[in-house]
Amino acid sequence: MELLISISSGLCLLVGSFICISGAVGVLRFPDFYTRMHAASVTDTAGMVLILVGLMMVSPDLLVLAKLVMILLLGLLIGPTTSHVLAKSAFRNGVKPKLTSNSNDQGGDTSKS
Amino acid sequence: MINFVLLALLLIVAVGIMRLQDLFAVTMLLSIYGLMSATFFVAMDAVDVAFTEASVGAGISTLLLLVVISFTGRAERKTRHKPYVALFVVTVIGMLLLYGTSDMPYFGSSDAPIHNHVAPRYINDSMREIGVPNIVTSVLASYRAFDTFGEVVVIFTAGIAVLGLLSVSSKALSNSQPLNRPRGLYQQHIVIRIVAKILLPFIFLFALYVQFHGDFGPGGGFQAGVIFAAAFILYAMTFGLDAATAVVKPAVIELIAAVGVLLYGSVGIATLLSGGNFFDYDYLLADPIAGQHLGILLIELGVGLTVTCVMVMICFGFSLRRKAHEQKAVMNISERGPK
Repeated sequence: MELLISISSGLCLLVGSFICISGAVGVLRFPDFYTRMHAASVTDTAGMVLILVGLMMVSPDLLVLAKLVMILLLGLLIGPTTSHVLAKSAFRNGVKPKLTSNSNDQGGDTSKS
Repeated sequence: MINFVLLALLLIVAVGIMRLQDLFAVTMLLSIYGLMSATFFVAMDAVDVAFTEASVGAGISTLLLLVVISFTGRAERKTRHKPYVALFVVTVIGMLLLYGTSDMPYFGSSDAPIHNHVAPRYINDSMREIGVPNIVTSVLASYRAFDTFGEVVVIFTAGIAVLGLLSVSSKALSNSQPLNRPRGLYQQHIVIRIVAKILLPFIFLFALYVQFHGDFGPGGGFQAGVIFAAAFILYAMTFGLDAATAVVKPAVIELIAAVGVLLYGSVGIATLLSGGNFFDYDYLLADPIAGQHLGILLIELGVGLTVTCVMVMICFGFSLRRKAHEQKAVMNISERGPK
């Protein structure tokens, strides 16, 4: 049982870390603001959930577990909200998504508007 | 190893702050800088300092800077002059400081002066003398209460100074008609309003926990005050300034800021009157330990009140002034309109 818990916890931590790193790669590689933000927000939330669940499995006592649950709830509330606010304010300020990948112009923000 | 990585990151962020022109990005980088300093302090086991740095450096100062940027615009003004004299002075002083570090003891060495002077006394005797598990709190609030009093007075003075610079006459705000402005941004952002509404009670509760749990864990008046103020500013940002000033009037906030300093100082006077030294809480009650607990509780409360109110006061000062500007602009337009 001990072994099973520690293995599954390690697995969660590993997958969570991998998701976070893939999010960072996405932020660097994706073409425009919205896809980058999408990469950052989705992977951050998913990675955070996995890492926290992994930590919960090995938490020594109930108090630590309760604190981790609180952090999880807080993160689940705040992460998507901030992404929403970011996207909304970007859209209001006229940042247009890059719609086509095969058009010749590199800007992509004036051709389709 | 982790120290080196964190310090290198701090250096990179500092260079980025210097080179960027966009003030918004600079503010965000300053916040990241504060967060990484906090991480660095945690790595050095200074949890209380890290908590303060995270809440002040990464939290509320970023918030206040953002309020300022909403005033000034986000582009840095081009400087024409080349500050060679400043560069020279900074270089010389930096060299002197580097020279001075060669005399300092190695990092973490046990024979450093700080470990031989008062630290053993605090570590060995504070539990018997003060009875508070968190040594940092007993040093800050009891052994060094006079220094902390100075800090609180400094914060209060800074708040008054900002108020003196920014204050608008309440007449200018009140006698103008309520404007038929288009609905503010905060009225359209329903998602953030709902989330803020859910989170606000918990933030306030957490601030109270930090305030009164400072005897047992990291925390205390400074951190709690900043968190409380941040929650209140969040309310003002999401629901509008009018809603926030309807909760507490700015005049009341200024009054409470003064009351906090007064509470702190009067605890010292009370110890004087009951026969002890200034801030010697042993004389507050018959039992010295209970007196220490009461004294620490009271002065932390004073610190928390002052810090909260000064932070909210600064934020309100900026916002009210901007509101006055906007009203003046609108009135100018409407006066000019009919002609």
